[in-house]
Amino acid sequence: MSTPSPRTPDSSGTDARVPLLQITNLQVGFQTQSGVIPAVRGANITLHAGETLAIVGESGSGKSTTAHAIINLLPGSGKIMGGQILFDGQDLTKLSQKQMQEVRGKLIGFVPQDPMSNLNPVWSVGFQVQEAIRANGIAQGRADVKKHAIQVLKEAGLGDAEKRLKQFPHQFSGGMRQRVLIGIGLSSRPKLLIADEPTSALDVTVQRTILDNLEKLTRDTGTALLFITHDLGLAAERAEHLVVMYKGQVVESGPSKEILANPLHPYTQRLVAAAPSLASRRIQSSAHKLTELDYSATGVTEGLDLIETAEARAGQLAAAPKREDAIVVEHLTKVYKIRGNKEAFTAVDDVSFSIQRGTTTALVGESGSGKSTVAKMLLRLEDATHGEIRIDGTNTAPLKGKALLDLRRKMQPVFQDPYGSLDPLRNIGNTIGEPLNTHKVGDKKSRRDRVFELLEQVSLPRALASRYPNELSGGQRQRVAIARALALKPDIVILDEAVSALDVLVQAQILQLLSDLQTELDLTYLFITHDLAVVRVIADNVCVMQRGKIVETATTDEVFDNPRMEYTKELLNAIPGAGIALGV
Amino acid sequence: MAGYILRRLLQAIPVFFGTTFLIYFMVFAMPGDPILALFGDKTPSPALVAQLRAQYHLDQPFIVQYLIYIGGIFQGNFGISYSGQPVGDILLRTFPVTLRLAVIALFFETVFGIVVGLISGLRKGKLFDASSLVVSLILISLPIFVIAFVGQYVFGVQLGWARTTVGTGAPVQDLILPALVLASISFAQIVRLTRSSVIETSGLDFVRTAYSKGLSRNRIVPVHILRNSLIPVVTYLATDFGVLLVGATVTEGIFNVPGVGNTLYQAIIRSEGPTVVSFVTVMVLLYLIVNLIVDLLYGLLDPRIRYVK
Amino acid sequence: MSNDLFEHPVTASEPGASHFVAPLEETPLVAIDVVNVADKPSNLWIDAWRDARRRPTFWVSGALIILVVVVALFPWLFTSVLPNNDCQLLNSNGGPTAGHPLGFTKQGCDVYSRIINGTSTSLSVGIIVIVLTTVLGLVFGAFAGFYGGVVDAVLSRIGDIFFSIPYILAAVVIMSVLVNYRSVWTISLAIGLFAWPATARVLRAEILRVKNADFVMASEALGVSSLRILLRHVLPNSIAPVIAITTISLAAAIVAEATLSFLGVGLGSSIMSWGNDINQAQRDLRTNPQTLIYPSLALSITVFAFILMGEVIRDALDPKARALR
Repeated sequence: MSTPSPRTPDSSGTDARVPLLQITNLQVGFQTQSGVIPAVRGANITLHAGETLAIVGESGSGKSTTAHAIINLLPGSGKIMGGQILFDGQDLTKLSQKQMQEVRGKLIGFVPQDPMSNLNPVWSVGFQVQEAIRANGIAQGRADVKKHAIQVLKEAGLGDAEKRLKQFPHQFSGGMRQRVLIGIGLSSRPKLLIADEPTSALDVTVQRTILDNLEKLTRDTGTALLFITHDLGLAAERAEHLVVMYKGQVVESGPSKEILANPLHPYTQRLVAAAPSLASRRIQSSAHKLTELDYSATGVTEGLDLIETAEARAGQLAAAPKREDAIVVEHLTKVYKIRGNKEAFTAVDDVSFSIQRGTTTALVGESGSGKSTVAKMLLRLEDATHGEIRIDGTNTAPLKGKALLDLRRKMQPVFQDPYGSLDPLRNIGNTIGEPLNTHKVGDKKSRRDRVFELLEQVSLPRALASRYPNELSGGQRQRVAIARALALKPDIVILDEAVSALDVLVQAQILQLLSDLQTELDLTYLFITHDLAVVRVIADNVCVMQRGKIVETATTDEVFDNPRMEYTKELLNAIPGAGIALGV
Repeated sequence: MAGYILRRLLQAIPVFFGTTFLIYFMVFAMPGDPILALFGDKTPSPALVAQLRAQYHLDQPFIVQYLIYIGGIFQGNFGISYSGQPVGDILLRTFPVTLRLAVIALFFETVFGIVVGLISGLRKGKLFDASSLVVSLILISLPIFVIAFVGQYVFGVQLGWARTTVGTGAPVQDLILPALVLASISFAQIVRLTRSSVIETSGLDFVRTAYSKGLSRNRIVPVHILRNSLIPVVTYLATDFGVLLVGATVTEGIFNVPGVGNTLYQAIIRSEGPTVVSFVTVMVLLYLIVNLIVDLLYGLLDPRIRYVK
Repeated sequence: MSNDLFEHPVTASEPGASHFVAPLEETPLVAIDVVNVADKPSNLWIDAWRDARRRPTFWVSGALIILVVVVALFPWLFTSVLPNNDCQLLNSNGGPTAGHPLGFTKQGCDVYSRIINGTSTSLSVGIIVIVLTTVLGLVFGAFAGFYGGVVDAVLSRIGDIFFSIPYILAAVVIMSVLVNYRSVWTISLAIGLFAWPATARVLRAEILRVKNADFVMASEALGVSSLRILLRHVLPNSIAPVIAITTISLAAAIVAEATLSFLGVGLGSSIMSWGNDINQAQRDLRTNPQTLIYPSLALSITVFAFILMGEVIRDALDPKARALR
């Protein structure tokens, strides 16, 4: 790889102000046994005081590394190899540890990604806020520091801050912890706040309120915001400027709206086409029915455009005659008894729905809504407390032995975690072949052939059969999991957050694959997700779950066009990108 | 916290009965005459045999024997030794010495172990780290009696810095060499545990966040890294107490420290079975109590446990 | 996906606007999610082997272990002096002579030959103990972790009870009772009977971690029987830390035997054992220290070899530990 020549973004004369942050030709590498692996290659980023900028990219694009490089907190063997980071006139790459310590916290605040792991579990929340206040010299003396800490937490949205000061992180929910971290980041009124995917670990509705609060705080204090996200819709909604990173380089940057309306780099075009939040908005903003939607994607987005996927599905369904129900769920209830607690916990509460053969129903809800418990009961991995599940008209509860095996043959799951869904010690061929062995389908040779056939069906090379899961990417693992689920030629596939952990482009590919397979094999899907945006693209019907109950059931179009329940509206509003004009 | 303490105390009950039963079972449920078996090839005086038979109620069914024995333990009656002294009296005399030895040993192993482990962890891969790793591996590989003899030979016989055996009254200066020997193995384990714990904690997200808050390294190392790294070390110290007891038996024997361990050591080498059983029981009970206390203290160290309902 | 898809012209940033686009040549688009089939296959065990064989410590400990095993199996390759019949009081406390490189004990026995012939005792005890602890630990740990609930409560409490008696103290009591039956087998039983809970605990914790993985649920949903899931999926993924701890347990068992023999409740004096030799030699610390030093050295080197190997295995099998170095 040739060393990239330094490039400066073209900002000729239009903006004469001195930027607050100017990153020029930044090079970051990670030292490994086999030499230096470049993570950021010649990035240029400019941010003015009081403005917001978002860096967008997939995992491994170098977006977080860039952010960490600014305050010199690169993990492990990471090192700045070249370039300049001018902040308020001084080059941060040239500072000593001691000088950098003065910048951190005081001039540049930082909000990390995962609120669960970013507070020290052994110290109280108050202690951790107060030490930041003391370190940055905002207040002196016990009482004063405490007063400031309370104020910081109140601003961050913790109303009962006095009471909460003495509590420990594990007594806080994820959203509350993130509020604490935002409070700490802004406690010394820094000129710049770096927020590294501040809400991606949180529930969608919590995400929204936290981001609103973050926006308000930074606006009030005049703090510039550098925002890192994988969600293009979110970035465009929250930031004035966008920087798109790909493989360690900035491929496109500029005003958010302009980039979204007119993406020039093919990678950005791909991202725009594949982002579920944008796709659902685009479908929404067009007055037409999906089948009539006229949207021509550019060549580069082939197979990635979620709208094409959605169109194809909608066309398929419109042509299909009404058919019988494959799944009927009636009054399904699951109660867990908690040890040492008299009150039982009702995870699933009187849930009823049905799914027509050959269609997709999405079960949408936030964490703890009980959606995955429904999946487990359908799969007979857990027994229902009350209620009935009928698959093709047969009540599944009393099934045993051979009949239960037949049910399992008819219905297969794909789970969320691509890193946990495959046995790391068994090769891909054995993993995909396990269903065939368990159900004694065919002889050795025919099983082998079937494994190869399945690999082809999910677009993976045959050679993968002798490989192990840790050699595969998340998307590839999910493909293998899909192949395993399809091995027994099931009628029904339960997809439990099957695409949630994937990067957008990979997610789009898998959604496309699922859609193609449904057409090809006449599959019925139960698609469980927390992400309404994806639902818009993949599902025909939607059930919205909240605290164990189904609060709304309707067709996808109805839910999006005319939501009846407040909670559904809230979820819809939480899809980022509401106020963005889109180049449909 | 109250719930946690209660649960932990309740858990200790079956373990108490289980361990004492097990020891009793191993000795008295054997076929043949357990009293004679305990003496091996020794021939005890008929009077002593009679006394022991009465003490262990060998005419009763096994389970009754056990219950009487347990009742005795609750009343502080741990039986009588070979020489006819009540074990309880011997304990009162020897326990303070062992306690003194153990405290000095614990002091050495924890203070030096944690300090060396912390420095190693913070300077991963540097010379200090590499040498402390080698030294600790070698220490772990040396059985305690080997370390004791080497210590006795080098410092006692060759250099003459310390007395090879402890004098009457077990003064502290005489206890330092045995305490160092006793501390050596656990010291190495603590170094290694602290090191890996420090390295792991240093890489955690909240440490990076602490840096991002503008805290200095001088604050982050003790407050955020060391504090969190101590949790597994304390857990280790509790389970390690068993090693300390066995170590004390060997060390006190070799250096002739007049403590509990030495009494057991002497009983073992003289094949005084009943005394051995009594003292092993005492040590096991001690081990149970220490583990219980450490588990309860653990709640103070880790708030996640303290606040569980 | 081929590159010709991206051939259409890309406008560079328009003059005057701050909308910047990198030229496509600089960051060519790569097909999404392609598999590199050219790489060598790898999984935990393959990676661990690649990692271990790069370390000098692996080869050092491996060579020492092989040496110990060969000496234990074929002692006559290393010494022609017969174990017991050659003790002559004439040689009492004698220094090294030709054919007797390490001198003689107080009883006039050849120190070197006793060390060589004692090797198999230590190794046998170590092996019998780890077989015992591994079998007990696997059964208790696997069932407790995998089935949970009442099974776990009962098995774990039993484990707690055995864990609460330090195994050397337990062995002291057992060997005191079994005074007329002291052999390699009884001492191994006495140690192993109380040493297994450590293995069980480690395995149980691992199984608890693994059994909630999605791939276990996927197999359940396929209708794979729970015993088969345990044996095929859960156990193989939980076994790595057990292997490391087993290697270290072998060393600990050797130390335990030596300690018991040193205390005089180990093997009978007719059995050649390093612990017995050290026990005999301790009285001559001042007069004839080498009779104490050489068996101690043999014991320590053997223990060191197994502990070092345990460390190598543990680090190699734990990707997290690999990163810690």
